[in-house]
Amino acid sequence: MKTFDYVIQDSVGIHARPAGLLVKAAKEFSSKIYVKKGETASEATKLMSLMKLGVKCGDTVTVEIVGDDEEQAFTAMQTFFEENL
Amino acid sequence: MITCTGKIVYKGVTMGKILVLKKDGDQIKRIRITDTQAELSRLEKSIEQSQKQLQNLYDKAVKEVGEASAAIFEVHQMMMEDEDYLEAIHNMIENESVNAEFAVAVTGDNFSEMFASMDDAYMQARSADIKDISNRIVRNLSGKGDDDFMGEEPVILVAEDLSPSETVQMDKDKILAFVTKGGSANSHTAILARMMNIPALVGVDMDLDQLKSGMVAAVDSTVGEVIFEPNSEQCLTIMAKMKEQEEQQKLLETLKGKDNVTKSGKHIHIYANIGAVNDVGYVLENDAGGIGLFRSEFLYLGREDFPTEEEQFQAYKKVAQMMAEKKVIIRTLDIGADKQADYFQLGKEDNPAMGYRAIRICLSEPEIFKTQLRALLRASVYGNINIMYPMIISSEEVDRIKEIVAEAAKELDALGVAYKIPEQGIMIETPAAVMISDELAKKVDFFSIGTNDLTQYTLAIDRQNNRLDSFYNAHHKAVMKMIQMVVENAHAAGIWVGVCGELGADTELTETFVNMGMDELSVAPSMVLKLRNIIRNMD
Repeated sequence: MKTFDYVIQDSVGIHARPAGLLVKAAKEFSSKIYVKKGETASEATKLMSLMKLGVKCGDTVTVEIVGDDEEQAFTAMQTFFEENL
Repeated sequence: MITCTGKIVYKGVTMGKILVLKKDGDQIKRIRITDTQAELSRLEKSIEQSQKQLQNLYDKAVKEVGEASAAIFEVHQMMMEDEDYLEAIHNMIENESVNAEFAVAVTGDNFSEMFASMDDAYMQARSADIKDISNRIVRNLSGKGDDDFMGEEPVILVAEDLSPSETVQMDKDKILAFVTKGGSANSHTAILARMMNIPALVGVDMDLDQLKSGMVAAVDSTVGEVIFEPNSEQCLTIMAKMKEQEEQQKLLETLKGKDNVTKSGKHIHIYANIGAVNDVGYVLENDAGGIGLFRSEFLYLGREDFPTEEEQFQAYKKVAQMMAEKKVIIRTLDIGADKQADYFQLGKEDNPAMGYRAIRICLSEPEIFKTQLRALLRASVYGNINIMYPMIISSEEVDRIKEIVAEAAKELDALGVAYKIPEQGIMIETPAAVMISDELAKKVDFFSIGTNDLTQYTLAIDRQNNRLDSFYNAHHKAVMKMIQMVVENAHAAGIWVGVCGELGADTELTETFVNMGMDELSVAPSMVLKLRNIIRNMD
């Protein structure tokens, strides 16, 4: 398992469009990818569940990756968050 | 044949097929099914069809309104692929043996409620998107197809009410008339109808359940009447009136290129109010002398994030160039109250008309303001742009605005970008601004009186509440006295003054304004020639 923390920079948080892009990006990998905010978590492949986390600008999320291709997924997810959120 | 009456918003006569826009669709029935596999494949097909429609909508929107505004359809596509959403629908069909329509509708409601209960205004607004995608799937399941966009034939739009974001998306060439059940004579549908020269009735006493898209209707908003399925006699009457209307229009055409001058030689400028770059076409077509009010909100509404400086610059530049050297008065961001964009995250207010809006947002968040100002200063190089600030109540605000303009100019200096500081004026639309207009006149280049808000604030009457229409007197003495006072104070300081609210287009007041010494009237493009006609017939 690999994890990283990320502080959301986007002014409206994880809103619909980047969440949708995240879903697409996460589906590229066979690893399970989770996004956690506090006690709640969502799979990164589930759009509405991601949005329901209600992640706002300035919130810290933890991204957790488990699976065969977790190395590649880890790098891809880090880049994705930095570029889109 | 059904005859209904309503309040007149824009006078005109027309006839054609109606398109009924219903909110939240019809009641969906729960039906017990036996072949779940068949139901699931029916569902799959309609989702596929829905995805195709969304893709087409997205492509169309990219071309017409740009990528940022089109993104909503991409989001809808993504939502429709959501695993939890699809799984919930599948489970209902399989476990409860219900029809796909019912499963989609119930799931849509559940998901939409979850979003509606979130404490974030942006996420709350997404509940409408979920309803929207669910309605689309249901429409396709029941073979109703895609009625989002109208066909080739122009229609009479019939609805409960229309929101600003709905009207923004409409193809203006395909609307013959607006007929709404709700709304008041000052609502946004009303403003849009006047802009587009489209007959409109609001507050119509009709029963939407009795009406079906495709029915023929005759609208005569000169008498406030709409007849659904008119008989042949009524059709003939309407057609005669349409002919008369055409002739009147021809007469007005002959006034193009002529001056707005009375027989005794009094002159007044007639400019046009617009709300989008494409509206410049109407301005030129109707021979307005300039643009007296360019509402810049169109750049901010119906999208997901703030417009960039470059995007704004291109829009302003285009309008300035299209108008050649004619005056283009651009009003800075007037958002808040009844005009909302989710990403501003303004939150709910108990009294939005008197709340956090317009210049108050700009002065509290100078970065948002400066982005717009830099775009305006840059565009000023390409034409005769003037900047106008809304909702002013004090001269300190004007001082602060000038400081921010200076900062924006400095930032452009630092980048070595070409710009020009244009003439700047303010809207007089609060009683406070009227009372200190002598002081304000010394600090700005012009005044433009926003009569809609000024009347609302002076009479303490909410312009969106149609129960108050009987109390509302557009020609109230108090308002007229205020206008007189503003004109005197402007002229004493040597600056010009105009009217850009709906009163400017009120033909009963044209003579009064000219005699008051008003320098300019800014009205819907469709009113320019009508006012010119009145003025030229004045002594």
